Amino acid sequence: MKPLLRRLRAELFATRTDTVLSLALISLITLAAFGVLRWAFTQAQWAVIRVNSTLFAVGRYPVEQQWRLWLLTALLVAASGATWGLLRAHPRPDRSGVLWPRNDRLALVLLVLIALAVPAALGLSLAIASRWWGLTVLLILCRWLAGRFGAGLPASGQRLAALVWPALYLVGMVLISGGLGLVTVSPSEWGGLMLTLLASSFAILLCFPIGVLLALGRRSDLPLLRWGSVLYIEFIRGAPLITLLFLGQNILGFLLPGGLAPERVWRAAWVLTFFAAAYLAEAVRSGLAAVPRGQLEAARSLGLSYPKALQHVVLPQALRVALPAMVGQFISLLQDTTLLSLIGLLELLGTARTVMANPAFLGRNGEVYLTLAVLFWGCCAALGLGSRALERRLDPHAVPSAT
Amino acid sequence: MSQPSSELMIEARAVEKWYPNGFQALRGASLTVRRGEVVVIMGPSGSGKSTFIRTFNALEDFQKGSITVDGIVLSNDLRNIDAVRREVGMVFQQFNLFPHLSVLDNLTLAPVLVRRRPKAEVEKQAWALLERVGIAEQAGKYPGQLSGGQQQRVAIARALCMEPRILLFDEPTSALDPEMVREVLEVMQNLAADDITMVVVTHEVKFARHVAHRVVLMADGEVVEEAEPEVFFTNPSHQRTRRFLDQIL
Ligand SMILES: Nc1ncnc2c1ncn2[C@@H]1O[C@H](COP(=O)(O)OP(=O)(O)OP(=O)(O)O)[C@@H](O)[C@H]1O
Ligand SMILES: [Mg+2]
Repeated sequence: MKPLLRRLRAELFATRTDTVLSLALISLITLAAFGVLRWAFTQAQWAVIRVNSTLFAVGRYPVEQQWRLWLLTALLVAASGATWGLLRAHPRPDRSGVLWPRNDRLALVLLVLIALAVPAALGLSLAIASRWWGLTVLLILCRWLAGRFGAGLPASGQRLAALVWPALYLVGMVLISGGLGLVTVSPSEWGGLMLTLLASSFAILLCFPIGVLLALGRRSDLPLLRWGSVLYIEFIRGAPLITLLFLGQNILGFLLPGGLAPERVWRAAWVLTFFAAAYLAEAVRSGLAAVPRGQLEAARSLGLSYPKALQHVVLPQALRVALPAMVGQFISLLQDTTLLSLIGLLELLGTARTVMANPAFLGRNGEVYLTLAVLFWGCCAALGLGSRALERRLDPHAVPSAT
Repeated sequence: MSQPSSELMIEARAVEKWYPNGFQALRGASLTVRRGEVVVIMGPSGSGKSTFIRTFNALEDFQKGSITVDGIVLSNDLRNIDAVRREVGMVFQQFNLFPHLSVLDNLTLAPVLVRRRPKAEVEKQAWALLERVGIAEQAGKYPGQLSGGQQQRVAIARALCMEPRILLFDEPTSALDPEMVREVLEVMQNLAADDITMVVVTHEVKFARHVAHRVVLMADGEVVEEAEPEVFFTNPSHQRTRRFLDQIL
């Protein structure tokens, strides 16, 4: 307790001006928080969220097929837990790692609290609530197992384990859209948080390789490649996303080979991808510029071909530098998916608007928007946390080798 | 000191090079290096020393003259360039270690990727090399966690791990604090006792005197003087060399 008090004093009340400023800020924050809380607990009527929770989560996905989404969620949760545990069981060669660092224990407690509080607050039926509890238990179990027994996994096994994620993405696509013996659920029936996550993850995954290629093209010695990349990047960055989305709905069907973008949802996802790629390319370019020339020269003088030198020496360093900027792009991409509601797709914001248009919930906009804000904040916070963990893991204490 | 054989490892004749901005950095530089020989190149700043040795492993191209390295004629043929780079190792002034890889991985990367040797075997060799340059206990660390002298010794071990027949050094000790220069020079001196051919750009007079078979002076993109160390430092035949020695001795 003593050190805490001393720290508070040093950081908040060191000088008279500090004290005045701190007190003013603290009272402002308290007032604002108090106001919001009072509204949330006395004025707000949360029935609008309770009644529509399924709609917000998955849109009009057919009820009898929703088990597929539960299965997918369970798979994702299990993979996350296992990955988490494996990472803890394999600290970097130059570091000593703890299996259960304090932050991890804290995160687990938080997760359990959320798993207990949210279903209760939403008034979910026992059947549904117990599924969420089950998922939480699954996460902890996988985390524990992977942490406990993962240390014995050799490097080749780790590389195989990483392949679970792309495989899982493909499985997820099949589970959501159907095929391979499953009933087809047309994209027009997807919605809510699921559609938001699907569109943004699709765009994030695909814009990454495209963005890297564009960045390399922009630095290439071949004039055609260079000018092509510059033209593309500057055109996309000069046009508002919403116009591109409308444009995409109208002409993408002609541009992409038949069958690739037949559906409005997919057309929008491709536009998001191409849009994000241009911004990502600029982030990657700044990363490439930060890698000293000597790195490429050293790799080349060791006999590595240009592509190999890029793959093993230049890109890993460039991407690490560009990581914060790239994650910033991903976060804005996630938020940009709200624009899909303007072209008539029922992602989170679109769903919210249909709910608010329902006469039964007239005037309940505050509740809906606050829920949306919290959901988006949660997703972005998860992205940010993940990226910071990744950054820490990749940080080679890089004092640049040049003096 | 082992005696060089008569076999030619590097043969550069009247090499001329223009940088893209039109500046001529090499004006007919010539040099021959025999197998097992240690040649030290000295010369004032900007005289083209770095440019010259970087043409030997095709890090720089050249416009006139000819260069043959270990029997391979250097031209713009890409296949030859890859072949030459496998035979020629290079140690840079700024070390240029890969900061995102551990010391051990810095050594094993190229042999595994380029020579396609099994990883376990390369790692064994890498350990032996790190032992030899005196830093085996740092194998798991990252370059940023090492001192400059240690980094440069790792860089030498990295070049050796490709088993090159020729090693090029471009001012390997210029970026080091004085107390670390010695440990790097010692490693280089041990190497010189082996069969490996070395071309070293350096201003370390003691190294040139005691280790080199031949010392070369470059000035204005040309090789001005070429002599055994004793002769070079005590009785050079060119005015230019004398002036240079006056400045550094
Ligand atoms: N990329 C380049 N473009 C244009 N001119 C260059 C380039 N690199 C080097 N030069 C010029 O070529 C000349 C020779 O350079 P080089 O680096 O070979 O000299 P050096 O003898 O190694 O000098 P130092 O002792 O300072 O390292 C210098 O005048 C330099 O300014
Ligand atoms: Mg130089």
